[in-house]
Amino acid sequence: MVAYVLRRLVQSVVVLLGVSVIVFGLLHLTGDPTRLLLPLEAREEDVRQLRALLGLDDPLWIQYLRFLARAVRGDFGVSFKHQVPALTLIFQTLPATLELTGAGLALALVVAVPAGIVAALRRNSLIDAVCSVGVLLGQAMPVYWLGLLLILVFAVKLGWLPAAGRDGPASLVLPAVALGAFSMARIARMARSGMLEVLAQDYVRTARAAGVRAFVVTYKYALKNAAIPLVTIVGLEFGVLLGGAVITETIFAWPGVGRLAVDAIFSRDYPLVQAIVAMLATLFVLINLAMDLLYTYLDPRIVFVRSRL
Amino acid sequence: MNETAGVAIVAEARPAAGAARRRLSFRAVFGLTVLLCMGGAALLAPQIAPWDPGRQMLLKRLRPPMWEARGLREHPLGTDHLGRDILSRILYGGRISLGVGLSAVTLSCLIGVTLGLLAGFHGGRTDAFIMRVVDVFLAIPYILLAMGVVFALGPSLLNVILVMAVTRWVQFARIVRADVLSIREREFVSGARARGSRSARLLLRHVLPNALTPIIVVATLELAFMIIYESALSFLGLGVQPPTPTWGWMLSDGRNYVATAWWLATFPGLAIMLTVLAVNLLGDWLRDTLDPRLKV
Repeated sequence: MVAYVLRRLVQSVVVLLGVSVIVFGLLHLTGDPTRLLLPLEAREEDVRQLRALLGLDDPLWIQYLRFLARAVRGDFGVSFKHQVPALTLIFQTLPATLELTGAGLALALVVAVPAGIVAALRRNSLIDAVCSVGVLLGQAMPVYWLGLLLILVFAVKLGWLPAAGRDGPASLVLPAVALGAFSMARIARMARSGMLEVLAQDYVRTARAAGVRAFVVTYKYALKNAAIPLVTIVGLEFGVLLGGAVITETIFAWPGVGRLAVDAIFSRDYPLVQAIVAMLATLFVLINLAMDLLYTYLDPRIVFVRSRL
Repeated sequence: MNETAGVAIVAEARPAAGAARRRLSFRAVFGLTVLLCMGGAALLAPQIAPWDPGRQMLLKRLRPPMWEARGLREHPLGTDHLGRDILSRILYGGRISLGVGLSAVTLSCLIGVTLGLLAGFHGGRTDAFIMRVVDVFLAIPYILLAMGVVFALGPSLLNVILVMAVTRWVQFARIVRADVLSIREREFVSGARARGSRSARLLLRHVLPNALTPIIVVATLELAFMIIYESALSFLGLGVQPPTPTWGWMLSDGRNYVATAWWLATFPGLAIMLTVLAVNLLGDWLRDTLDPRLKV
């Protein structure tokens, strides 16, 4: 167990190093970062000055080490556009994004888990059919389109909810629904198939045969075991939601990290882009580490299985 | 398109339980029909589109679909803010969506399957290294990475396809690796090895064919994902550039007219949803038919 935890920790650090290579590489994609950092019409003199300033004439690996040394201290440089440290901007916008992804995920779980379980218990019933259709539609609807439809119906036609901005709980509803729909579909599907699998297990049959009440079998024995795989899904789903937040925030003018990132990309604010990609990846790695450790706590068998993989 | 159809026929020849099979077949038939229609419409766009998709007719801007009061018969789905025919643009847009989607899936499949095979077959350090790379790509928000790269390199058709493939190959690598781990322990592999087969031959002749089922299923489901991915990049302004019409661009145009002209965003969105739905149905059915135990 301790060995497993240690190995997962080391793995996470290795992954973060890998992330840093990619984030560093992002700026060197075109060969000459000054082309990305300066506007196209920049004078030759400015280009040379910037090269000297950023130490771009040093060998690439020295530049990388310098970048890494600063990055671990949280220093990604100053945003060109906003003229404040990139990290400060991220910490200003991160709460809004976490609020949105948290609401999206919570909504997805609250709807999807019961729906998936009921669909599994009443297999091939009308409820199951309705759930399947919902799952299919939820997985096929791109978040940007769903977002536009929600705005069209609930903000423009009905006028019930605000179409954009972050101003009180009402403004959170539409973006959270748009963002959460895809995850909702996936989680409902996983919950349904997980529950069906557990219900087919021998111990469930034995419990039923032994006369344990159906309610206890379903909610005490089956549900607990069906819930375990969902824990890992939630960690991975968080990454999907962070990606989706980029688009959702753009549509709903939600002042989060995603919108900041899109804005930074279009204004060639590369220090900010690097900082955001690195921070979101770190967040993802940490959450998944936590989920994996929680998972081993819930299901100790997994340590042996994973250590063989 | 033909490939998918071929797989479907082969798969159908396998026996399956009566009632379940009929239900699954409906899904498959529906998915395949929609997909063939979409594919056919995209391929034949120059022949069947009523208008040139780029032709602007400013006198007929923002006309609603033909069943609405101000609709015109010659523009069945209405016109956009520049007076371009929406139906024609959707037909042409399908070429980008499906074409880019298929190319990106093919490429990411090649990368992912190769690395997955190597990781699963060689194990040890190769495996550890490749799997850490997989973790890195899972951790980075792919849409931001894609946007950053496309913005740096310029949004050409090729760059978009490359970026999409490079950010999604991990899906293939993970599933292939997991499968190969169990296949390589089977007797026919040790048998071939005992006969002195070289690694490359072993992989291609014995391991790969046995890992094909999950690859086909993942490829189908990834195609659905890629179609959404491509239009998301277009929507954000970093996809294939105008004047080539893409569904994502049309949506993003329509965004500014959500309040006044609902048809601008609704129809391209519907096209995306129908296509993705069809591909997903087909993928689900393939998975259930070829290997019900598969978890993708």
